[in-house]
Amino acid sequence: MMSQATKEKSQYRSAFEEFAKQIAQGEPLWAARLREGAMDRFEAKGFPTTDLEDWKYTNVAPIVRAAFRPASNKAGSPAQPEMIDPSIYTEAARSRLVFVNGVYSPELSSLEALPAGVVLADFATAFTGEHADLLRESVEQNAAHDEDAFAALNTAFLRDGAFLLIPKGVSVEAPILLLFISTSADPDVLSSPRVVVVAERDSAATIIESYSASGDAVYFTNAVVDISLGDNARVTHYKVQDESLRAFHVASTRAELGRGSAYNLTTITLGAQLSRHGIEVLFEQEGAECWVDGLYMVGTGQHADTHSLIDHRKAHCTSHQNYKGILDGKSRAVFNGRVFVHRDAQQTDAMQSNKNLLLSTEARVDTKPQLEIYADDVKCAHGATVGQLEEEELFYLASRGLHANLARNLLTYGFAEEIVDKIKIGSIKAQLDEAILNRLHARLEA
Amino acid sequence: MSTIELLANQEYKYGFVTDIESDAIPKGLTEDTVRLISSKKDEPEWMLEFRLKAYRHWLTMREPKHWPNITYPEINYQDVVYYSAPKQKATKASLDEVDPELLRTFEKLGIPLTEQKQLAGVAVDAVFDSVSVATTYKEKLKKYGVIFCSFSEAVREYPEIVKKYLGSVVPTNDNYFAALNSAVFTDGSFVFIPKGVRCPMDLSTYFRINNQESGQFERTLIVAEEGSHVSYLEGCTAPKFDKNQLHAAVVELIALDDAEIKYSTVQNWYAGDEEGKGGIYNFVTKRGKCAGRNSKISWTQVETGSAITWKYPSCILLGENSVGEFYSVALTNHAQQADTGTKMIHIGKNTRSTIISKGISAGKSRNSYRGLVKVLAGAEGARNYTQCDSMLIGSKSGANTFPYIEVMNNTARVEHEATTSRISEEQLFYLQQRGISQEDAVSLIINGFCKEVFRELPMEFAVEAQRLLGMKLENSVG
Repeated sequence: MMSQATKEKSQYRSAFEEFAKQIAQGEPLWAARLREGAMDRFEAKGFPTTDLEDWKYTNVAPIVRAAFRPASNKAGSPAQPEMIDPSIYTEAARSRLVFVNGVYSPELSSLEALPAGVVLADFATAFTGEHADLLRESVEQNAAHDEDAFAALNTAFLRDGAFLLIPKGVSVEAPILLLFISTSADPDVLSSPRVVVVAERDSAATIIESYSASGDAVYFTNAVVDISLGDNARVTHYKVQDESLRAFHVASTRAELGRGSAYNLTTITLGAQLSRHGIEVLFEQEGAECWVDGLYMVGTGQHADTHSLIDHRKAHCTSHQNYKGILDGKSRAVFNGRVFVHRDAQQTDAMQSNKNLLLSTEARVDTKPQLEIYADDVKCAHGATVGQLEEEELFYLASRGLHANLARNLLTYGFAEEIVDKIKIGSIKAQLDEAILNRLHARLEA
Repeated sequence: MSTIELLANQEYKYGFVTDIESDAIPKGLTEDTVRLISSKKDEPEWMLEFRLKAYRHWLTMREPKHWPNITYPEINYQDVVYYSAPKQKATKASLDEVDPELLRTFEKLGIPLTEQKQLAGVAVDAVFDSVSVATTYKEKLKKYGVIFCSFSEAVREYPEIVKKYLGSVVPTNDNYFAALNSAVFTDGSFVFIPKGVRCPMDLSTYFRINNQESGQFERTLIVAEEGSHVSYLEGCTAPKFDKNQLHAAVVELIALDDAEIKYSTVQNWYAGDEEGKGGIYNFVTKRGKCAGRNSKISWTQVETGSAITWKYPSCILLGENSVGEFYSVALTNHAQQADTGTKMIHIGKNTRSTIISKGISAGKSRNSYRGLVKVLAGAEGARNYTQCDSMLIGSKSGANTFPYIEVMNNTARVEHEATTSRISEEQLFYLQQRGISQEDAVSLIINGFCKEVFRELPMEFAVEAQRLLGMKLENSVG
């Protein structure tokens, strides 16, 4: 085991050195230094094992065993517009950044719909732009508190990322799409997307962070997303993870909330053989509110893990969390939701719910909603359930003449609807509807 | 009006020390200590083997310090007296031969052992430091075939039963403290209910730690044969010392087909002073095995004492249709820490479990519920309902909930709910304007909060528990 780990490290080390040579020009010195430090931290920490409480239910050995390397070079990404077309949400057709196998593709991106003042740029552009300092601050801050090897690995291979700045008082109509697409052309690729969003005071925006694939390649997406909300800012954030069913996906999302701000996150997890999403919402100022909702739907051979921390550091903040899971075939889902209420966070209102629907006998769920409360004037509740469809409900539908399978699908669809309904963007909703119905349909035929 | 804040607690009533000559072995733990304990108790060879195996395994284990939500300084296991017994005649044919000082001690604790004064309908086994000093109603129980005696006596008199079941639920290598207990346990209670017998009275054990240097390592084994029924109660107190004392017990319950065991605890070990000085470290492993079909094990605990509580009474639901229950009230005040909960392991078909946990934290204490509900692949139709409610009193305390839910069967139905709240000003105001004093109002609200658990306790215990909560929280609001 030890020798395996050592081999793994040296493999990433050599890929790292090659990568460093490749991007030697055009990278600011501080970034090179930051990456070097991150590589050292990654090697020192090593990939997490199931001995760690946070990784108890998710074994990343398949990622450790495989030999991923960053996309070879920029010229080699042969993405054609028609290839990405199905992955473009029409609402965001003219406000999008596209990354192919982790590499920014200017040809496929479009910024026409963005109002003046809004900055949406890839890192290479942003590093030399007017807001370089802001970006540097975010990246450095993230590196200072990266807790696991995956975040450090992301920083070590930091090159292509998306930087979004919404200036104060600006409200962006069109949703902004950050599309990370993987093609079979480049197998075993490691992509390390990084997203930095700065929503200044009184601004508003909707972000769609989307991961999709053409083909069924094996690859590894290791993403880090940092969002900061100024006072009274409003950010709606959709994360759609529809990777290939053989892919690995590890992502962390961190949002820092200013006074009176509102952060509304919806995550949709459909793809990848092994996925892990870490979420941290930090209430840095009073009076903020967040919604962290999600739906994971997995089938045979899939493992989906969601780890969230809602950190109530200040008083008068409200959090809502609603995660639902549908498990079919031989699949496994993990939910770990931690709500932490600090001593001074009086008048906190925190609600958390995790419901799981097991459609098959081989599916497995491990859920652990955690409350840690150190303030007395608070309202906190959490709930978790694991179960199957109600016999009574099935009977009711059957008595109305519905075929048993159809009744089953209808109820399953109904279970997911609470989350689907929340989505305000038509084409995401349509995509999700289709995904759910397709899976249910596949069950009918099977 | 900002009423809810913390003042002082009432004195611990059971903090006195009995001045009695004791026969204690020197401090320290080596293989020789284990042999010495075994020889002092005149044990058979197999018992010594059991202890040595546990001891050797214990040496290879690490203290579970990383996952529970508790902190305490390093325990020096060499600084503990592992055997301490009040000096008296070796065998006591009747209570008349028990040292009157001991009888007075238990009387003072409200547990009269002399025949005339015995609690009607409850048989008591009184354990003082390392040994059992008296067991009441033994003869009467014998008529029904019920065996109720000290553990040492059971090893002597009923070696076959003990050998068969000892370590079958909590193996010697189960965890750090269980291994330690298996190596050095001194006494405890043994209960055997034969087939088809409904135990005619409640059985109870009263534990008292007296020696400042000693730890208490007792072992309880309850076997309920097919179709039998027993209700067992356990209570504990200790004197006030500045030094922390270690209490590492192991309790094993076995319920065969259609048997039912009800196990109730009111734990009131000395909790240390307001600054957290002194008090008992209560590191206990309790586990029941529903081995037979339709068997039932029910744990009810009221945890009010101890500086630190580390305790997870669990049920292994092996038999088809077996039922596990866990009802708990955990109250922490001042600097107390509690990490307690349960484990329900569903293995058999149609097994059911219920968990009701009420945590109350006051002062600057920390109170955590940690529970596991595990449904294995073969547990068709398993059902669990969990409810954990926490109540915070004062702004310096903490309440945590760590439920682990692991489900590997889709016919299972698992529900978990948790809430955290505090006593609302409105409730207090309402009661006060009805002429109820503030303290009585708080006590009323707390007792209402814990009602679902108290309901499960036998009558005398329920009264005791309510009184205890009221006492512990006295002056805690003002």
